[in-house]
Amino acid sequence: MNNLLGRLNFDALPDDPVTIGGGIMMSLTGLLVIGFLIYTKRWKWLWNEWLTSLDPKKIGIMYIIVALLMLLRGGTDAMMIRLQQATASGGDGIFTTDLFQQVFSAHGTIMIFFVAMGLMFGLINLVLPLQIGARDVAFPFLNSVSFWLFAAGMVLMNISLVIGEFSAAGWLAYPPLSGLEYSPGVGVDYWIWSLQIAGVGSLLSGINFLVTILKMRAPGMTLMKLPMFCWSVMGSMILVIFAFPILTATLGMLSLDRLMGMHFFTSDFGGNPMMYINLIWAWGHPEVYILILPAFGIFSEVVATFSRKRLFGYTSMVWAIGAITFLSFIVWLHHFFTMGAGANVNAFFGIMTMIIAVPTGVKVFNWLFTMYRGRIHYATPMLWFLGFVTTFTIGGATGVLMSVPAIDFQVHNSLFLVAHFHNMIIGGVVFGFFAGLTYWFPKVFGFKLNEALGKVAFFCWLFGFLLAFMPLYALGILGATRRLDSYDPSMGWQGLFIVAAIGVGVIMIGLAAQILQLAYSIYKRRENMDTTGDPWNGRTLEWSTKSPAPFYNFAVIPEVNERDAFWEMKQTKQDLRAKHYQDIYLPKNTGAGIIIAGFAFMAGFALIWHIWWLAFAGLLGIIASLIIRTKNDDSEYKVPAATIKELEAKT
Amino acid sequence: MSQAMDDKTQLGFWIYLMTDIVLFATLFATYIILHHNTFGGPGGSELFSLPFVLLETMILLTSSFTAGLGLLAGYQGRKQAVLTWFAVTFALGAAFLGLEIYEFAHLVHAGHSWTASAFLSAFFTLVGTHGLHITAGLIWMATIMWQVFKNGLIPPVKRRLTMLSLFWHFLDIVWIFIFTIVYLIGGEIHG
Repeated sequence: MNNLLGRLNFDALPDDPVTIGGGIMMSLTGLLVIGFLIYTKRWKWLWNEWLTSLDPKKIGIMYIIVALLMLLRGGTDAMMIRLQQATASGGDGIFTTDLFQQVFSAHGTIMIFFVAMGLMFGLINLVLPLQIGARDVAFPFLNSVSFWLFAAGMVLMNISLVIGEFSAAGWLAYPPLSGLEYSPGVGVDYWIWSLQIAGVGSLLSGINFLVTILKMRAPGMTLMKLPMFCWSVMGSMILVIFAFPILTATLGMLSLDRLMGMHFFTSDFGGNPMMYINLIWAWGHPEVYILILPAFGIFSEVVATFSRKRLFGYTSMVWAIGAITFLSFIVWLHHFFTMGAGANVNAFFGIMTMIIAVPTGVKVFNWLFTMYRGRIHYATPMLWFLGFVTTFTIGGATGVLMSVPAIDFQVHNSLFLVAHFHNMIIGGVVFGFFAGLTYWFPKVFGFKLNEALGKVAFFCWLFGFLLAFMPLYALGILGATRRLDSYDPSMGWQGLFIVAAIGVGVIMIGLAAQILQLAYSIYKRRENMDTTGDPWNGRTLEWSTKSPAPFYNFAVIPEVNERDAFWEMKQTKQDLRAKHYQDIYLPKNTGAGIIIAGFAFMAGFALIWHIWWLAFAGLLGIIASLIIRTKNDDSEYKVPAATIKELEAKT
Repeated sequence: MSQAMDDKTQLGFWIYLMTDIVLFATLFATYIILHHNTFGGPGGSELFSLPFVLLETMILLTSSFTAGLGLLAGYQGRKQAVLTWFAVTFALGAAFLGLEIYEFAHLVHAGHSWTASAFLSAFFTLVGTHGLHITAGLIWMATIMWQVFKNGLIPPVKRRLTMLSLFWHFLDIVWIFIFTIVYLIGGEIHG
């Protein structure tokens, strides 16, 4: 029996109170959801309307739900890190060292892979087809597979809380620490396989959205008339396509070291751990830009809309995105100047890092010039933008500071660095995605979010962020390194750590305000209905269709003459009502995506626990499902013109 | 409608092939960095038999040629010729795979398995990844031949046939690089 289950046995269940608590919480939430579904008999509805749907808007909503749930878990991890460090002066702190290591590894992994990536792909799914005047993405089935692989990776990662343990080797699992010799348990394997499965999903999405932008734009929409969000997504997806295969290969090699006793990154038998660090950052640095570029795109839309002006310097924006896309591949070495690659190599990468700040600066100035002499409306998305400009500029300045290798040697792996990248990721990526969520919410759900609560949330996030991370800059300069589970009282760091912990508390209040905002807005939705389809006086095509956008997006595919296509239609008072309708062909629902991801999950879980027969069965399952799916040539259904006419008349 | 579908699928497939190139590039880079790290064991020139690899190469190149003939027959709508040429391609691919497995088994049997050194880890992984792609290609080929047999050369089947040929030629190109960098140059440096 032991053999059949690999190394899985009852010892895998958690034994410390914190993990047990987390596990119970998670199981209870799961039971509650299942209980609700049984009580309301909504299984069929869930399967037919959501789980098997190929509608990018529904897939987008599912991405965002998963990402927001993971934000709660990643936020809890953040709170635990701050509590530990605030209490660990000269003592043990409130968590054990082992648990603390798992917590900071999980925090980074969850926030990047399952929160930031999830929000990004969610927003792209919601908005991109609408913005280019398309009814769908290029490969709807592939889109569903991508989402379910992402979800499978998420479930695998969270199961580690209850069965076994998570990696204690940091969010990028540097060897030799993450090798078999120093991490013999299942933690690193959980890390590898949850990222590997989610990563393949991201790669497929990258291909899907790039082809969507290149091939499915509405007639007349040349590339230089593309909305800026779409341009930024194009840059980001090109980066996904070039960077994620490196991640796949690198995780594969680390896994071969651990599963088959290979010696890529071991410290003996000729292995080279530095090779891993080079490879993981050759993916990891572009990853930063994969996340930030779409956030830049969102801000470009938000600033133009709420300043009632066309975006300043469109062409320079496009070139800036292009330059960032290219340059982000030749700066990876700045993550490890201290490796000792030599003065010339460090100088090259230092200078490249400084240069990449230039196109980013161009974008910031373009947004500011867009606001100049505009009629600015301080709605919540605009507030997120203003918060972003402030925090992101601070983060950018400290980034350029660290691009100087001599300075980097002083602050490498210190809390200064931790403060810097949170400045970019929270102040840039997260603020951007929150702006996008608020901005496009009415297009997806048909009503606006409550503005007052949104503003409370924004100010909590902004001031919480400053409180939480400004002390870390100081601590970093004082010599505090990252991932400390305790420190000597004589260092005098505790006061600043306590301030930082209070800051995270304020962010948590902001998060609570957002949950409240969502609940309250749903409760009061009748008062905030968007009946026009254009609640913000928008400029791009997504606002030309009604809210919530119908499942076919556009009754008639729009024709585009200008950059801000919808704005121009409004100015010229074009009659947007269609005169005659045509049949629309849309993809049929399919459960193949969730089934394939289920098999991938099975294979991943089996590989973690060395249950070889199950891994083999999972692999066979994937192959069989793919073969059965390719046999299916009848994957579309027709929506007759008469039905469309009826649906359109309803508003 | 179908034309638009063809365009999208082809572009998407080209982009997919490019991502696979990046994957192989990562493995090539790793191999190039690690191939001196033999940990006291034998290097490439002592382990590889060039005539054997040349045979493998000729078989794979020929299979690419027959796949090309098969696709041509597909465009001309000659179902029987498609099945014949792809059967030949399949046989050649399987023969190549058999030879590769034989080489691997031979090395492992002689005590030069992937656990012996970083060089051998990189070698087995790079060449093995290509072998896995060939295996996937063979499974795919069998599926599509079955579709051709059953449904005839209808547009979606033709489209898949085109993708399969692209994939097969791509694997050929990757093999040329493996032949050059692993076997030819690897042999030279140590010899």
